[in-house]
Amino acid sequence: MRHIVSLLMENEAGALSRVAGLFSARGYNIESLTVAPTEDPTLSRMTIVTSGSDDVIEQIIKQLNKLVDVVKVLDLNDGKFIERELMLVKVKATGTFREEMKRMCDIFRGRIIDVADGTFTIELTGSGHKLDAFIEGLDGAAILETVRTGASGIGRGDRILKV
Amino acid sequence: MAETTHPQQITGAEIVIRCLEQENVKFLFGYPGGAVLHIYDAIYKQGHFKHILVRHEQAAVHAADAFSRATGEVGVALVTSGPGATNAITGIATAYMDSIPLVVISGQVPVPAIGLDAFQEVDMVGVTRPCVKHNFLVKDVKDIATTLKKAFHIARTGRPGPVVVDIPKDITAHFADFVYPESVEMRSYNPVTKGHSGQIKKAVKLLLEAERPMVYTGGGLVLGDASESLVKLVRALGVPVTNTLMGLGGYPSTDEQFLGMLGMHGTYEANMAMQNCDVLLAVGARFDDRVIGNTDHFYSKDRTIIHVDIDPSSISKRVKVHVPIVGDVKSVLAEMNELVALEKPKPSPALKAWWEQIESWRSKLCLDYSNNNGLIKPQYVIEKLWEVTKGDAYVTSDVGQHQMWAAQYYKFDKPRRWINSGGLGTMGVGLPYAMGCQFADPTAQVACVTGEGSIQMNIQELSTCKQYSLPIKVILLNNRYLGMVRQWQEFFYENRYSESYMDSLPDFVKLAESYGHVGMQITKPEDVEGALKEAFDMKSRFVFMDFITDQKENVFPMIPNGKGLSEMILAEDL
Ligand SMILES: Cc1cc2nc3c(=O)[nH]c(=O)nc-3n(C[C@H](O)[C@H](O)[C@H](O)COP(=O)(O)OP(=O)(O)OC[C@H]3O[C@@H](n4cnc5c(N)ncnc54)[C@H](O)[C@@H]3O)c2cc1C
Ligand SMILES: Cc1ncc(C[n+]2csc(CCOP(=O)(O)OP(=O)(O)O)c2C)c(N)n1
Ligand SMILES: [Mg+2]
Repeated sequence: MRHIVSLLMENEAGALSRVAGLFSARGYNIESLTVAPTEDPTLSRMTIVTSGSDDVIEQIIKQLNKLVDVVKVLDLNDGKFIERELMLVKVKATGTFREEMKRMCDIFRGRIIDVADGTFTIELTGSGHKLDAFIEGLDGAAILETVRTGASGIGRGDRILKV
Repeated sequence: MAETTHPQQITGAEIVIRCLEQENVKFLFGYPGGAVLHIYDAIYKQGHFKHILVRHEQAAVHAADAFSRATGEVGVALVTSGPGATNAITGIATAYMDSIPLVVISGQVPVPAIGLDAFQEVDMVGVTRPCVKHNFLVKDVKDIATTLKKAFHIARTGRPGPVVVDIPKDITAHFADFVYPESVEMRSYNPVTKGHSGQIKKAVKLLLEAERPMVYTGGGLVLGDASESLVKLVRALGVPVTNTLMGLGGYPSTDEQFLGMLGMHGTYEANMAMQNCDVLLAVGARFDDRVIGNTDHFYSKDRTIIHVDIDPSSISKRVKVHVPIVGDVKSVLAEMNELVALEKPKPSPALKAWWEQIESWRSKLCLDYSNNNGLIKPQYVIEKLWEVTKGDAYVTSDVGQHQMWAAQYYKFDKPRRWINSGGLGTMGVGLPYAMGCQFADPTAQVACVTGEGSIQMNIQELSTCKQYSLPIKVILLNNRYLGMVRQWQEFFYENRYSESYMDSLPDFVKLAESYGHVGMQITKPEDVEGALKEAFDMKSRFVFMDFITDQKENVFPMIPNGKGLSEMILAEDL
C-alpha cells in the first residue's frame, strides 16, 4: 500500500543523505521525497511517499526512528490527513490548443502563470491523483515539460507533528 | 593569519587527547599519517593511555572491537585520512553487524580542501554511512569536545555500535578552550531501557503456563551483561536454553539445561527444541537467517514468541512475534525474575515430558565424530584446547569451519570469552581480536583459533604481537583448504572445488620464528595434547601452532541454505 511518512529531523549537513541512504540500502521504495526547513530553523521536515506491505512499512518507520538525526516520525496513513503536490506544466498554446488549455486549466482549478508566444505554463496543486488526471486529460502532444514537487502531507484536525 | 589564543586554550589535537582521557580510554589502536600528525604529536606528549601501533588499519579497528567485546568498554581506534580511513572500513562494518561500541577517529583533509579531490581525501562520512550507528564530520575546533562526548554516548547506549568522528587536519591545529560536557542531551536520540511492565507480566504468565518452553538468547544478552539474570531465570523456570553464535557464554555451556548452540551448525537438540516448543522466549537475539533458516518452515509449527530487544527494529523483522518487549535485557530479566520468584514454579508433568523429549534428541549425540583415521581431527584439537585451558581462555576465531568447531566444542561458561565475527563473517579478525583480548586482560590465556586461509588475511600483525610481547597462542587448524567453501562445494556443487585449495602455503613455523615467535607444527593426533600443554606453559611467549588436520572433515550438523530448523544433515546421514 502507498503510505505518506512525515518526519522532523535535525537540520544538519548529511541528514537527508542518511534517509535517502537508508531507503536504498534496505531496498525500500521511494515514490517521492521532499524536504525543507520548518519555522524552527534547527528542524527540517521531510515527506516521503513510499509503498510496501504492512511489515515493510513497520520496518521503515522503525528504521527511520533509529536514525540519530531523526527527531519524530509519523505515518500519515495511521489517521486522517491532507496531501498536496504542486506541478508546473509547460504546454503548447497555439491555435486551437490555446482555448483548450485555458478550459482544462479552469476545470482543474489551475492557473496560467506564464504566457509566451506559443506556450503557457500552468500551475496546479492537489493530490497526486488530481495531477495525474490533469496530465491524462491533456493531449500528450501538447505537453512540453512537467515538473512536480512530490507530495507534502499534514494530519487533519489535531493530528500535529511537532517537537 | 596569526591565531589569537588565550593562555588556557589548547589545540584541537590536544582536545582530542583530553577527551579520550575524560572517557578513561586505556588503549588507542592506530596508525599514523599526514592528516593525523597533530594528533600523533599530542599523543607523544601525553601519558594517560597507551597507543598501540598495528601494522594495518583494519587490524586497529578489529583490536579495538575485541577490546570492547572482552571488557564491555568502548573500543577506540585512530586512522589517517584516505587510505587509512578506507582500510578501517572492514573493521567498522564488522563491529556494526555485531553491535559493538566503537569510536573510530579518522583524519580528514583540511576544511578548505574538502571537495577538491585533495591528496588522500575520501568522503569518510559518506563511505561509512551504511555501516555505522552514526558519524560526524567536525568542522570547528570548538565542536570537537561535544562531538566526541556524543560519539561515546551514542556508541555505548541503546543498541551499541561504531561511531566515526572525522576530523580535518586544520581543526586539530586550531586553538580553543577545553570543556568536556558532563552529559549529553539529544532530542533525537533517547533509547528505551525499561521494558513495558504489562508485557513483562504477560510474558512471565506465558512462560509459567507453557508446556514446552524454550529460551533462546543472543549477543544482546552478552552486550547487556545480563548472564546472571538469565541463569537465575532459566534455573527458576527449569527450562531448556540455547545460545546463538554471538550469545555463547551467555549461559554456562557445561550446565545440564544448556542445549548447545542453535542454527545452521547448531545441535540437533537445540534446533528441534526451537522448532517444537510452544512458548519461545528470545532475548537479545535477532532471528538471523543463519539461525532460523526458512521462516515458512518455522511458521509451520505454532508457538507463542516473546521477544526482548533494545532495538524496536530487531523485533518482527524476520519473524513475527506475539509479545514484543522493547528494553534492556538486564532490566527486563530482573523484572521477570521478581515475578517468577513470587510464583515459586514447580516442574509440571508437561515440562517433565518435554525434557524427556529433549533427552531423546540429545541422545543422538550429534557432535560425535570418528577419530580413528590417524589424522588430526579439528574437533579433537578444540576439545583438548578446552581441557588444557580449563575452559577459561579467551578464544577468538576467524571465519570458516574452524570457527564453527570452536563454537561447538569449546564449552564457554562465561560471557565475553568467545570473540568472533558473526554478522559480517570477516576472515582476518582472529589475530587482531586476540590482540584486543590480550591487551584487555594481559595475564589471561588467549587462543586464536584460525584457518590457513583466514590467518593470512592479517598475518602482518605477528609483528605487532612481537612489539608488545603478547603471549597469544595461535591454534591454526590447517586443512589446506578454504574449508567452509570446500564443504559447500562438496555438498552443493558436486565436488567441484573451484579455487578453494590453498596452494603455496608458507612454512608457518619459520614464518612465526622470523617474527621472533615460537612456531610448532603438529601432525599426529597423539601429539596434540602435549603440544598444547607445552605451548600454554610458555606463559610469556607467542606460540604459533600449525595443526595439520584432516582435510576432508566437515561441520555437522548442518541446515542447508533455505531449509528449516528440523531439516538438518547429520554426520551419521552420510
Ligand atoms: C560461517 C558462519 C556460520 C554461522 N552459523 C551460525 C549458526 O549456526 N548459528 C548461529 O546462531 N549463528 C551463526 N552465525 C552467525 C550469524 O550470522 C549471526 O551473526 C548471529 O546468529 C546473530 O546473533 P544474535 O541473534 O545473537 O544477534 P546479534 O547480532 O548479537 O544481535 C544482538 C541483538 O541484541 C540486541 N541488543 C543489544 N544490546 C541489547 C541490550 N542491552 N538489551 C536488549 N537487547 C540488546 C540488538 O538490538 C540485536 O537485536 C554464523 C556466522 C558465520 C560467519
Ligand atoms: C574477507 C572474507 N572473504 C571471503 C569470505 C568467504 N569465506 C567464508 S569461510 C571461507 C574459508 C575460510 O578458510 P580457512 O580460513 O582456511 O578456514 P576453514 O574453513 O578451512 O576452517 C571463505 C573464503 C569471508 N568470510 N571473508
Ligand atoms: Mg582452511
